[in-house]
Amino acid sequence: MKSTKGVSRRTFLKRSSATGIFLALGFPAAALEAVAEKMPPLQNMALEALKGIEINPFIIIDQSGKITIISHKPDMGQGTWQSIPTVVAEELDVDPATITIKSSVGEKKFGDQLAAGSSSIRGSWNTLRNSGAAAREMLMTAAARQWGVPVAECSTANARVLHTSTGKSLGYGELIEAASTLPVPAEPKLKAATAFKWVGKSVPKPDVPLKVNGSAVYGMDMKVPGMLYASVERCPTITGKLVSFDDSKARAVKGVKHVIKSERPFFSRTFEGVAVIADSYYGALEGRKRLMIEWNTSAEKEVDSAAFIASLHELAGQEGAVHDQAPEFKQVLEQAAKKHMASYETPFLAHSPLEPENALVHVRDGECEIWAPVQGPDGAVRAVSEYLGIPYDKVIIHVPFLGGGFGRKAFTDYILEAAYLSRELKAPIKVVWTREDDTLQGPFRSASVSRMEGALDKEGNVLALHHKIVAPSIQGQLWNGLKENTPDAWAMEGISKHDSPYQIPNYKTSFVLAETSIPIAWWRSVYASASMFGHESFIDELAQMNGKDPLELRIEMSQGDSRYRKVLEALKEKSGWAAKPEAGKGKGCAIARSFGSIVAHALFMGRNKEGKLRVEKVVSVIDCGTFVNPDTIRAQTEGNIVMGLTAAIKDPIIFKEGKVQQTNFHNYRMLRINEMPEVEVHIMQNNEHPGGVGEPGLPPVAPALANAVFSATGKRIRKLPINLDEV
Amino acid sequence: MAEYKLSINGENLTVEVEPATPLLWVIRDTLGMPGTKFGCGMAQCGACTVHLDGTAIRSCTFPVSAAVGKKITTIEGISEDNSHPVQRAWIELQVPQCGYCQSGQIMSAVALLSKNQKPSDEDIDLAMQGNLCRCGTYPRVRKAIHLAAKMMTHEIN
Ligand code: FES
Ligand code: FES
Repeated sequence: MKSTKGVSRRTFLKRSSATGIFLALGFPAAALEAVAEKMPPLQNMALEALKGIEINPFIIIDQSGKITIISHKPDMGQGTWQSIPTVVAEELDVDPATITIKSSVGEKKFGDQLAAGSSSIRGSWNTLRNSGAAAREMLMTAAARQWGVPVAECSTANARVLHTSTGKSLGYGELIEAASTLPVPAEPKLKAATAFKWVGKSVPKPDVPLKVNGSAVYGMDMKVPGMLYASVERCPTITGKLVSFDDSKARAVKGVKHVIKSERPFFSRTFEGVAVIADSYYGALEGRKRLMIEWNTSAEKEVDSAAFIASLHELAGQEGAVHDQAPEFKQVLEQAAKKHMASYETPFLAHSPLEPENALVHVRDGECEIWAPVQGPDGAVRAVSEYLGIPYDKVIIHVPFLGGGFGRKAFTDYILEAAYLSRELKAPIKVVWTREDDTLQGPFRSASVSRMEGALDKEGNVLALHHKIVAPSIQGQLWNGLKENTPDAWAMEGISKHDSPYQIPNYKTSFVLAETSIPIAWWRSVYASASMFGHESFIDELAQMNGKDPLELRIEMSQGDSRYRKVLEALKEKSGWAAKPEAGKGKGCAIARSFGSIVAHALFMGRNKEGKLRVEKVVSVIDCGTFVNPDTIRAQTEGNIVMGLTAAIKDPIIFKEGKVQQTNFHNYRMLRINEMPEVEVHIMQNNEHPGGVGEPGLPPVAPALANAVFSATGKRIRKLPINLDEV
Repeated sequence: MAEYKLSINGENLTVEVEPATPLLWVIRDTLGMPGTKFGCGMAQCGACTVHLDGTAIRSCTFPVSAAVGKKITTIEGISEDNSHPVQRAWIELQVPQCGYCQSGQIMSAVALLSKNQKPSDEDIDLAMQGNLCRCGTYPRVRKAIHLAAKMMTHEIN
């Protein structure tokens, strides 16, 4: 099925290296090309190629002065490939544009490598700075010793240590050997924020040039010699069991080599399928179409999302597990002059990263090699090692760029599925999911209900607020980790007193557990993606009861000179909030603190030619503390607005008789460019600890939209998605 | 199985595949040019966009047999050194996030600009609405097309 007639050998080699046969990530195609022919293809070339000295896990310097910095959090578009090395380079005092970047491959010395929870920078900030600063200090000490001068007289510039009074200087490469034998300073001196040269600046991302000419390598592009492609027919209902299959027609398809039962472990459950393995992906797909399979789906007739959501509304009547409650809460609520209660509903959603799940795995005698897009390389190695019974250090993973993740690729079921097939068939197997597989199989963001209660005094001041969230527990379903009568900790993100922008004297949060067999998982901004819809819609409803401007009420309720108030005031000014919308148009705002950052949006709606409401403009203000790359923050906030709008106005995932009704982008639709409002992002400047960036922009989108719909139409919508053609 | 002579990025190549094989898989798997992406397989996302005689098509639903005798251009044929104005504009405005949709976005943008030197926002909406971006790079795609248009007409360098 393969022919390269007419392709010159030179062209072929060049293409091969660019396709990732030799593990391109971390290495520009040109660098790879030079070594491609010499490399044993199934070796960890990335590590082999590093002949320098590791002064600490993040920094490798060779004697020619070449500096390699490791990024230990996979890049799925959120910019870690630029931001992580930049923080290290800043303290090492070298221009990030001059370094080579390499991805970690699950090595234990990097600890947690999971890119999730908007934690990559805020969680590694001190580690990254210390590693750069410690290495710089060691290099300076080595130079000072060589020159017989005090370290205090030395400085650095352009990857050299300088002694200004004598004019002496030595390159980092010349010093690395001596420096690497010195003790590592426990508390190296860090740069003052005012001295940052690259951190805080809009530095172009080094992956961008690779992403505009097709040379960036994704999991989807991985190839190794002898590899076979697999496509797996999966049960159309979530946990149906395989009864029997007839593969005679599938095997007749040209190129089909094997048809076998497959398994995909996902925490305590194992999903079954029938895998068609062929020498081309197209062959595997064609074979798969011709399978005849009998599934047992009897257990799932009851799985129905509408019924599930109805049960959430019923459960909202229960007290549930109280997370936090002011001592006087009950009394204040009972005696309040004015009270209000409302429930809000959000649907199931799929992640739909544009690159569907895929994994190439080669299980060999006592070892295993993986090429896969995954948010946590270390977690993937651990999962495969446990699954196959192979020691951790005999499992090697190569993580390319991810074509989106959004939480889906934090899980490793699709890698275990490929590992199973490779072990059974004793060959490198690449499993590629179709879009239908991705949409139908989940795991999903769960549907949930928020029940809000509020109490006001006669003057309209908010005295008490209660947010009760009714939802399944991710902690409980996946890790069996939910203690009885305790809320899922992730469900409190954004709504907890800790995250609340408001000074409300009597605050309460609680969680009612709902059970479901539908597999659920983290989805960009997790529970806050749903709960803030209710939370911030309700604040608007209270403003309406008070006859107050919703943004003014928020400012009034926010604390003194808090970061919240500054964000809200900036939003008021930047968005021109005071202007009254024309008739039929509307504006809405919302604020949320989640994953360590505060984001507020002002959303403006107008009418299209047919008179339908449309989102025209979103103005955002984000306070994420100290930041690395403002352009990345703007990009992530733009992306959060797009994903938040898609979640708020596009298709939900609906289950009927255990089966997802949506299959591909024609019936699970996404926002497209013609529906894209104008977006303006403003970043607050301060010296606070870095906050998250990849998620915090999403939670306030849906409530800002619902509030704007109310402003335009007087209709309060408490259920997502909102059909803008019908409001 | 049949033999097909294809012209891709100015090179003449011969492949032996099933007639119904979508051009996407011939480009990616048979010829080893992975810049063209798979996102949906049903002409819904645009990740697989290539040019056929200068017109943007979705290669995931386009049989290889129908591409014979036509000039096929893939992202690799736009320029390897990122010198094309659309690529320069994309870099200037740092359009890509995950980047997975971007080959398709760029192919659609190049096709648009080859027919319309000064596209309006409406022209852009029309030409680009077949290209999904789950990461949400639409505001930058729009700006980058306007910038590339200016570069191509030498309003700016
Ligand atoms: S893969 Fe062809 S349009 Fe989506
Ligand atoms: S950049 Fe990720 S899908 Fe467009």
